[in-house]
Amino acid sequence: MIGYIVRRIGTSIVVLVGVSVFIFALLHAIYPSPAIDVLGARANTALIVAWNKQNGFDDPWLVQYLRYMGHLLGGNLGYSYKLNQSVTALFGEVWARSAWLSGASLVLSLVIAIPLGVYQAVRRNTFGDYVVTGLAFGVYAMPVFFLGLILIQVFALSLHWFSFEGSQSTSLLSIIADPRAMTLPIVTLTLLTVASFSRYIRSSAMDVLAQDYIKVVRAKGLPERLVLVRHLLRNACLPIVTLVGLSIPALLAGNLITETLFNYKGLGLLFYTALQNVDYNVLLAYTLIGALLTVIGNLVADIALTVADPRIRLA
Amino acid sequence: MTAASSLPPLDVARAPEGGEIGAVQSGWRLALREFTTNRLAVTGAGILLFFLLFSFVGPVLYHGNYLTSELVSTNLGPGAGHPLGTSNQGYDELALLMKGGQAALEVGFFSAAIAIGIGALYGAISGLVGGIVDALLMRVVDVFLSIPFLFIVLIVAVRFGASVLSLSLLIGGFSWLVPARLVRGEVLALRVRDFVAAARVAGAGQTRLIARHLLPNAIGVVIVNVTFQVADAILAIAALGFLGFGLQWPNQDWGDLLSNGVSYLQDGYWWQVYPVGACIVLVVMACNLVGDAARDSLDVRLRRR
Repeated sequence: MIGYIVRRIGTSIVVLVGVSVFIFALLHAIYPSPAIDVLGARANTALIVAWNKQNGFDDPWLVQYLRYMGHLLGGNLGYSYKLNQSVTALFGEVWARSAWLSGASLVLSLVIAIPLGVYQAVRRNTFGDYVVTGLAFGVYAMPVFFLGLILIQVFALSLHWFSFEGSQSTSLLSIIADPRAMTLPIVTLTLLTVASFSRYIRSSAMDVLAQDYIKVVRAKGLPERLVLVRHLLRNACLPIVTLVGLSIPALLAGNLITETLFNYKGLGLLFYTALQNVDYNVLLAYTLIGALLTVIGNLVADIALTVADPRIRLA
Repeated sequence: MTAASSLPPLDVARAPEGGEIGAVQSGWRLALREFTTNRLAVTGAGILLFFLLFSFVGPVLYHGNYLTSELVSTNLGPGAGHPLGTSNQGYDELALLMKGGQAALEVGFFSAAIAIGIGALYGAISGLVGGIVDALLMRVVDVFLSIPFLFIVLIVAVRFGASVLSLSLLIGGFSWLVPARLVRGEVLALRVRDFVAAARVAGAGQTRLIARHLLPNAIGVVIVNVTFQVADAILAIAALGFLGFGLQWPNQDWGDLLSNGVSYLQDGYWWQVYPVGACIVLVVMACNLVGDAARDSLDVRLRRR
């Protein structure tokens, strides 16, 4: 067990190094130097060369990579020449807003998807199951922004229940206390996640329902409610661990589009503005963080699964 | 309830006697029959066919203006001359939908072909060679899978501009990982089978083994995956267009149209938003339906093999 975890962490570190090299090399090839952004479009070549030399942008890219990673490990994510701030400070201002949006919708989608999937498995091939499956299939095929648009049209523009914009407050507490502004963004992300999670939970619960031990507890006369809660749920939830771990790239992408759609100033919107301004260091840092979160997600999912399910003992 | 109990009872009189070889239907024909009896699958295939005709034959039959802005006819509702209304530039929405459909389907299928091509070859080589090469190649797949796909696609698309070709290469270049893993898994299972050993004894080299024996047998999983790749690619290009980094004028994609329409949502110009949204959802849903059914029918083929 310990050996497996250690080896798994080892491969994760190797993968992380590989990802960071790839992302750094790719972005470096695309944007070799921010000199023009700093000096202006009319700067002459000699000035640019001098600036590059002074700031280390004429070193071989491997040297630049190692220097960047050195800074990164010390918590320095570089400098945004477009916003004249350190990237660490920029991220520090907004990360909690993104964490609230993604975290709340992830928790909410689990709270909805698990009972929904179990309900579908227990009542499989009934009218209710078909309705839920159909809805999930439709939402699953929907681009995030179209889903958000429909919600805005119905609940913000027609019914005036909620705001069509995310909260603009800078304090996390007042954001949390502002359901009028935050309901639609959170619901948009939640629906999207529920649509994919509930399909997995349905099929996993169906597998468990066919097991002998469920027949045994039913045969000994346990009320159906207890069969479901005590015996079915725990085993049917195992794939959730993997699902959540693997859903991080999708969450990040959904976060980017939702924040843009609702003009909610989190990491996703910051990345979007950086795309428009070609703010190299912000793009690099956020892509690297996204990769880091993905690797950690996979790692935690694998380890959690071996802890939760003693039948899994990977060699 | 289970598959076994729903089978018809064995008809002893008609069952083949031991040693008798009846006319065995090929696995592919079985799969095809299973597919065509699935109503949802046929619906999905029908929707895809409709959109192919709509996007590529439609413009031949219907000549709407999508090139020159006409300021006298902006934001018109559906009516005579403009069955689906006009955009904020006075373009005809129906013509825009057809144009956008071309881009979506072209990028979808082209990038899926690229992803499958690279993935199948990569997976087959990795699985067949095995050992340390396999381990290395699969770590590379792990690395690529950890890259936030949308972020990188956005960054590269912003820098180099988006065309149908560049977007297809870009999306295809980052989505061959799942097919590579699937094909590797199949090849690992296939390469220990007798027919591969026989081919090897007969003197087949690695290239011939892969091209003639392994890939054709692993192609089933690949076919299933193609449909999901197409769906994902269409969603990706829609997201790019919506964020404003999609195809450049005069090319139009559906995401682009949607983001134009959003600005007028408050004015109630529904025809600029909902038809194009419905197009995206329908095409993606059709791909998913076909994919699900293809997987089910492939299971049938494998069961009877």
